Amino acid sequence: MTPRPSSVAVRPATEPSRLDVARIREDFPALRQTVNGKVLVYLDNAATAQKPQTVLDALRKFYECECANVHRGLHWMSEEATRDYEGSREKVRRFLSASDTKEIVFVRGTTEAINLVGQCFVRPRLGPGDEILITAMEHHSNIVPWQMLCEATGAKLRVAPMNDDGELLMDGFERLLTPRTRIAAVSHISNALGTVNPVARLTEMAHSRGVPVLLDGAQAAPHVPVNVQELDCDFYAFSGHKLYGPTGIGVLYGKEKWLEEMPPYQGGGDMIRSVTFDKTTYNSLPYKFEAGTPHIAGVIGLGAGVDYLNELGLERAGAYENGLLAYATERLRRIPGVRLIGTAREKAGVLSFVIRGIHPHDVGTILDREGVAVRAGHHCAMPVMDRFGIPATTRASFAFYNTREEVDALAAGIEKVKEVFG
Amino acid sequence: MPEVRDLYQELIVEHAKKPRNFGKIEGAEHSATGYNPLCGDKVTVYLTLEGDRVQDIRWEGSGCAISSASASLMTERAKGKPRGETDALFDIFHKLVTGGAVGEAEAAQLGKLAVFSGVKEFPVRVKCATLAWHTLKAALEGTKSVTTD
Repeated sequence: MTPRPSSVAVRPATEPSRLDVARIREDFPALRQTVNGKVLVYLDNAATAQKPQTVLDALRKFYECECANVHRGLHWMSEEATRDYEGSREKVRRFLSASDTKEIVFVRGTTEAINLVGQCFVRPRLGPGDEILITAMEHHSNIVPWQMLCEATGAKLRVAPMNDDGELLMDGFERLLTPRTRIAAVSHISNALGTVNPVARLTEMAHSRGVPVLLDGAQAAPHVPVNVQELDCDFYAFSGHKLYGPTGIGVLYGKEKWLEEMPPYQGGGDMIRSVTFDKTTYNSLPYKFEAGTPHIAGVIGLGAGVDYLNELGLERAGAYENGLLAYATERLRRIPGVRLIGTAREKAGVLSFVIRGIHPHDVGTILDREGVAVRAGHHCAMPVMDRFGIPATTRASFAFYNTREEVDALAAGIEKVKEVFG
Repeated sequence: MPEVRDLYQELIVEHAKKPRNFGKIEGAEHSATGYNPLCGDKVTVYLTLEGDRVQDIRWEGSGCAISSASASLMTERAKGKPRGETDALFDIFHKLVTGGAVGEAEAAQLGKLAVFSGVKEFPVRVKCATLAWHTLKAALEGTKSVTTD
């Protein structure tokens, strides 16, 4: 497989747009730490992002000052909590440019969002011989829930292929959209390869055949502006913790017409209007999908994360990250023995690579000793590894608080790895 | 502070690059495959017994330098040894890589395997070092597959 020269590398490493990164880094307490006597170089942002002080403060404020349940207390702390909880929903609505907060459902994360859509939207429409379309670059969380549904219903999983650069083959995708396709579930940005999929076009293609679309935005939401109305996707899922917010909280956007007709995901408190032993009527949107006491602190923390990104300017941050990715791509390409995995023309945030003759776990351990935190493994995308004929990769993934010096530390770490393995 | 070289000692790197006893034993009466589901490492151990003694032992699989070198050095060591001895050796090896107290007599039994002493400073790599040993144990006990979980 000869990866053709990618425009990421050919494109000159443009001066990153003006971002006072030194100042920004002060907002992130975790980045001040040292590891093995060296300043932490955190390049594992695709796994989870570090949290700005404002997010930590929001969590603390909730637990210290307004720790109460939402939607049910008559006392002032509950009112405060409810106001901030619903305030976050409005922040997320604006962040995604959704038309109504009814369309914003809080879940545990992208994984739960996908499972919710699978169980409540797709499953009732699914019969033997029906099809679910995904792509070859999906994370396990956008594979396994569909496989489980297929197993339960006799439906078939179809996988749209990609090329050796890790780009989705559009005609391959189109060909697999059939009258039996009940949903197309596609990652907006691949977590293992960094490929940015042309999701607006894919959605249009699917819609022209009457197929609804779910976009897995776990990697995209922190890096590129998302406008669900422009994309016209039916569902969009992302996780709070990759968006500089807390773990355990995520968002499912769904078009109101679909959410309205879907049955609840779980039964419990808060998702009901009235309950008798004979019959229960469900609450209105979005509460129908939020059974039980929600992750109130998480939601409020996520709202603070969204605020932080808004203040920074997601477009500006994304442009800076792209500049950093281009720099890192060129830097690593020059190291003999390094092969980049994922060389799509449109990429964001992620640089996966292998070093000839050296296993990624050994690379990860040695980089860690150098203070450089990366991910080594299959990135919950084992079929992607199979596609490239490798067991694993080392993955560096970037955020706006990373610097060229940190990329240089990564490159120096790789030289060290090669030295150890002589 | 433990250095990278404490883990990746020359003998380990050398065995990782040129693993010994690598390959299959066709029709081996005992074999097992070990997985480390966390990192995807995989080791299959094949062996033939002569009475209670490991007559021949080979392995194949893919993984990091630590798991490959461990499998390589383990097979070198286990060949020709009675079962009881490999069991005892695994116990000592396990203590070595998890930072347990290894007595002088035990240390003497380890021989070349002592090269894995650096693993104890890298707790996430313990499973890499012990994967082959778990697999050997499974093969001897007649279990077909084993995981490090």
